[in-house]
Amino acid sequence: MAIFVDENTKVVYQGLTGSQGRYYGLLNRDYGTQVVAGTNPKKAGTDVEGIPVFASVADAVAETGADASCIFIPAPGVRSAVMEAAEGGVKFIVCITEGVPAQDEAWFFNELKRNHPDVQLLGPNCPGIISPGRSNIGITAGHIAQAPEPGRPNVGIVSRSGTLTYQALYELKLQGIGVTTCVGIGGDPVPGTSFIDCLERFEADDETSAVMMIGEIGGSAEEEAAEYIKANMSKPIAAYIAGQTAPAGKKMGHAGAIVSGGKGTAAAKMEALDDAGVKVGANPTGSRRAHGRDRQGALSPLPSELSGVVRGIRG
Amino acid sequence: MPTGVLHHDSKHRPRWRGRGRADVDLFEYQGKQFFAGFDIPVSRGRAVTTVDDAVAAAEEIGEYPVVVKAQVQVGGRGKAGGIKLADTADEVRTYATDILGMDIKGHTVKVVWIEVASDIAEEYYASFTLDRSAKKHLGMLSAEGGVEIEAVAEANPDAIAKIWIDPVDGLSESAAREWVAAAGLNPKATDGAVDILLKLYRAYTEGDADLVEINPLILKPTGEVHALDAKVTLDGNASFRHDWADYEATQERDVREQAAYEADLQYVGLEGSVGIIANGAGLAMSTLDVVNQVGGSAANFLDVGGGADADKFVSALTIIDNDPRVRSIFINIFGGITRGEEVANGIVAALDVIDISSPIVIRLDGTNADEGRAILEPHLSDGLQMQPTMLDAARKVVELAG
Repeated sequence: MAIFVDENTKVVYQGLTGSQGRYYGLLNRDYGTQVVAGTNPKKAGTDVEGIPVFASVADAVAETGADASCIFIPAPGVRSAVMEAAEGGVKFIVCITEGVPAQDEAWFFNELKRNHPDVQLLGPNCPGIISPGRSNIGITAGHIAQAPEPGRPNVGIVSRSGTLTYQALYELKLQGIGVTTCVGIGGDPVPGTSFIDCLERFEADDETSAVMMIGEIGGSAEEEAAEYIKANMSKPIAAYIAGQTAPAGKKMGHAGAIVSGGKGTAAAKMEALDDAGVKVGANPTGSRRAHGRDRQGALSPLPSELSGVVRGIRG
Repeated sequence: MPTGVLHHDSKHRPRWRGRGRADVDLFEYQGKQFFAGFDIPVSRGRAVTTVDDAVAAAEEIGEYPVVVKAQVQVGGRGKAGGIKLADTADEVRTYATDILGMDIKGHTVKVVWIEVASDIAEEYYASFTLDRSAKKHLGMLSAEGGVEIEAVAEANPDAIAKIWIDPVDGLSESAAREWVAAAGLNPKATDGAVDILLKLYRAYTEGDADLVEINPLILKPTGEVHALDAKVTLDGNASFRHDWADYEATQERDVREQAAYEADLQYVGLEGSVGIIANGAGLAMSTLDVVNQVGGSAANFLDVGGGADADKFVSALTIIDNDPRVRSIFINIFGGITRGEEVANGIVAALDVIDISSPIVIRLDGTNADEGRAILEPHLSDGLQMQPTMLDAARKVVELAG
């Protein structure tokens, strides 16, 4: 099993007719994702390489049975695009767009929670989600992810960072480790999906044997995840936190990656996770020494921690 | 089911638009202009950059005393001598002369704000910001204003009345009234405080701020409530729906940050000697960490983003090479959809058009890393080295930094 999305997920791309939406929509379709529709009120009735375009998400849902949406709309239109998707009837919304105002994000997070509690939003400002071999929604390079293998230990990934996630997927693939689902929750201050939302599902997913978390400075999502892990998780977890040497008061690329008022430091997050029994990749040098090089001789900091966990469960 | 590697022509790949924009920190005088736009009462005054204009501004205000306030984005101005009460035009001249050009914690005072002095009966504190954990807006109000709120939170946390506001509901007058009562302000201040807090909440939400803070919020002996200071951070991502050109123009950036801002690069200046370029914010942060873990220190954070434009590498390398702190440069690339050979070609093309004085160490991994490395191979020299892993590259670049 995968979490959130699988081969049955039918996706409508909001912004399919734009350059971003078209490029990644077609790439996702090539991967095997069921890309069933696009939306553009001015181009209803046309198609993008055979993908029908509808005036609204509601129309796309009615005509195609889409149950998820992927948003490639520029930031000024994201607030209405998210609500259009929720009101149109999809249950899973992936918002790739970066640069969405925090006031909009805080508003639609709470609006969804109150009036559309069955809708799960992922993002904004995220790379999307991939259940390798089943569905890829967003901008992740599908070929660097290894599909899970039945009867073997497979890993679930949840991450606030894009490139570090790609690196994790790639190195797991080099080691022949399958991934059930890799969820990029994104680097914004009010992410629609949290670490906990993913941990809960990975814990319940029979196919997932271990979980990898990639966090970064800012906010307290990792600390909250640590509390959750302590109380609820039985599966082994490895974690990495980026930004251990980031200066306070500066946003490090992501809108949410900022240490402010002494809060949101990598050290505090690592300590909380360590305290919850998570294997935390604090020092890549040490972790490599502990686990040795992989066959490529190119083991990087993140997955070596995870490979230790996986090796542990493989016995 | 997916098989093999998907090949797409990079020329047709769209550039990812609308990357996140940096926050906009306002100076006090700009914060007061911003507040005044939402009808929050602030003192009459004018921002000036010369001593003569300071005197003229005081004369224009027409009543003494006036306050001469250094405009810097750092706390502790008063203690540093950056805030003075002037009873005459001559005193304005003396204080403005002292304060303009003054260094306050590394910030040079270029602007002073001259405003009519206020009589103060009591000093309070008020702010709104986002509580990321609760995913609601957080209002804080305290009868103990005029000092750093962190100090109040430390010494007497009960003195801060907090309210969590659901953005869908907003702040109602009755909720604001209860909140003011909970903070224990002087009853004389209740109506004025409620009025200001409702306006301040509007300024925060409709004005797209990350933070609005009034410290002190004062009660005058006459019973009026008034914002005596203004601290505002605007959400740069919302600039598309506001006219913030004046605010953007006065952002305090060092030379490096200004150049990066103009080149639209995600950059943060640091104090170490290793210049960093990575594709992705998380990877860039991780690169800083690894450099630090092998005994070096980074001169900057720089995320060039996805894609493989030679132009972006030219801008990034130029900014880093112009930084006198930099003694070696670490380019850390992980190929995803953008393949290794595309990035390698971008780097080679960039190095064709610019001369970089510091030695460069590249780590290239991910999609088609071998092809990318093969492209770099013939260009390798003492000035352009390649290492197989992030850790090896970090060690080499730190060694080269000396």
